[in-house]
Amino acid sequence: MTDVPTGGGSQAEGAALSLVELLKAKTSEGAQEMLSRQQSTVRELRSETGGVLRLPEGVDIDASDVNYEAPDDETMILNLGPSHPSTHGVLRVMVEIKGEQVLRTKPVIGYLHTGMEKTGEELMFHQGSTNVTRMDYLSPFFNELAYSLSVEKLAGTTLPERAVWIRMLMSELNRISSHLLWLATNGADLGALNMLVYGWRERELVLAFFEKVTGLRMNHNYIRPGGVAADLPDGWRDDVTAICDVISRRMDEYDNLLTGQPILQARMDGVGALDAATAVGLGLSGPLLRSTGVSYDVRRDFPYLAYDAVDFDVIVGTGGDCWDRFAIRMNEIRESVKIVRQVAKAMPAGDYRVQDKKLTPPPRNRIDESMEALIHHFKLFTEGFRVAPGDAYVPVESPRGELGCYVVSDGTSRPYRLHVRAPSFANLQALAPMARGGFIPDVIACISSIDPVLGDVDR
Amino acid sequence: MSEGVGTGAGSGPARLHGCPVTETLGQRTVHTGTQRYLPLMEALYRDGFEACMGLTGVDYLTHPGRELPDDVRAERFEVVVELLSFSRRERLRVRCQVPEADPRLPSLFDLWPGSEAHERETYDMFGVVFDDHPDLTRILMPEDWEGHPLRKDYATGHVPVQFKEAPK
Repeated sequence: MTDVPTGGGSQAEGAALSLVELLKAKTSEGAQEMLSRQQSTVRELRSETGGVLRLPEGVDIDASDVNYEAPDDETMILNLGPSHPSTHGVLRVMVEIKGEQVLRTKPVIGYLHTGMEKTGEELMFHQGSTNVTRMDYLSPFFNELAYSLSVEKLAGTTLPERAVWIRMLMSELNRISSHLLWLATNGADLGALNMLVYGWRERELVLAFFEKVTGLRMNHNYIRPGGVAADLPDGWRDDVTAICDVISRRMDEYDNLLTGQPILQARMDGVGALDAATAVGLGLSGPLLRSTGVSYDVRRDFPYLAYDAVDFDVIVGTGGDCWDRFAIRMNEIRESVKIVRQVAKAMPAGDYRVQDKKLTPPPRNRIDESMEALIHHFKLFTEGFRVAPGDAYVPVESPRGELGCYVVSDGTSRPYRLHVRAPSFANLQALAPMARGGFIPDVIACISSIDPVLGDVDR
Repeated sequence: MSEGVGTGAGSGPARLHGCPVTETLGQRTVHTGTQRYLPLMEALYRDGFEACMGLTGVDYLTHPGRELPDDVRAERFEVVVELLSFSRRERLRVRCQVPEADPRLPSLFDLWPGSEAHERETYDMFGVVFDDHPDLTRILMPEDWEGHPLRKDYATGHVPVQFKEAPK
């Protein structure tokens, strides 16, 4: 952090210095480096937290608490990641520590950036879901859903009811699998390694069902503009019931295993606490926001699909700490099981996609016997379908929070602009205020409880 | 909220804090230019839009003829902000026209600190500069990257693939 003085000194000193400078130049992080304290203005220092800072004035930090004078040589910068299991991918975190205490935190992202929004502009509307499904790879159905809902809004499509309910079934199962994976990795991060095995085991149950329905365990490309790719297979109801039974029984076991465990509780209770004003100001959503007591769930507040027809509770915390977020995710799995059971019971008969030949391809066997079907198929896959010019943003509640696609159409068959409002990207801003004042192991607990998926962060 | 929602009881287009409001596909949008951007956002913040859920850019270089209210002059760039009011369960989109010659906007950091990462991303991808942003550096691209990838005049490029049996 400190500048190496240049010039002056004897020749031997000069040689040593140039070596230092050489090393510094070789390892420099350039403009993305955490800024020196001296470069921060008073406005920033007063509420300082993040790489520069991430908070409005005096929201949760007492001004007298901040040491304006802390010189750089009393603190050190510690790099976490980008390749470390506890960073859940390729997240790099720069942590400024004084002794054992964390002062400032700056997440550095972009290691997984592959320009998917640019790619999205080059793909036709019917190809787009293969692209977006790879963003948040732990909850691919939600990406496809957010994208499809926005495109359908522009195209003015109304779906058959069965398609809506199939989408709901798959996304709730996906929420279960995503939260189970979170339970597993959170356990691994905090030393409850047995949970790592159990979480993956249960997730595998759900993924096996996904494979049966969509043909793939991840990156399904199942929810597409105009409906879903295929109807549910025979015997799906038995599978879903079996999954629900197993998961709800196992959730009680995990309650015994984890919730009652004093070591795990000590690692999470009171760690990474956020207050509601900070969380709202930072634009957080999902379990992170609900843990602070703000009851906001897109499923309830801006109902999409048929969420107003099912009964479920929005789980809200009070303390805003990692422990609350743990409890919220545990209970959200139970709520999702509840929804899945209702959906399985009420699944309407009918078509799984709109029978609009301009929007969805004809069945494969029709192509062999009908010239018209062949033409529709050919036109759809070479030219795509056009949607009316305009812009649309339809948010959905992904396991990580509000996920939405801002799609701009210029009337052609490709989106003019495809922006994904990624919940992990916004939620990652909460790391700095959460980690401040804690210890390094708490930073790990905080990263874990944000539950970032780096594919979603970097897109 | 004296000026409130949907004052368009008959004459002329609806306005919100002096800026034209349109409603398409059930989603309300306020249009503005760079001059009125910050006063409008401050007024909306006071109106109870507690959260800025997203902020992004659009480069309209190759699609200039988009539909806009009469008194809004189309510029090359647009910065799009998604606002949300938890208490009223209401969403509002703000579309701000940003000229190509001087792509510069005031930062919303003081109103919604959560806009920080989104503004950095918009700067990174479109080169729109946000004044008074505490740390306006690239966020997704490497810091020595040239150009702003999501601009329409930024070519994607490609890597030619040599297939095995291709003729020489």
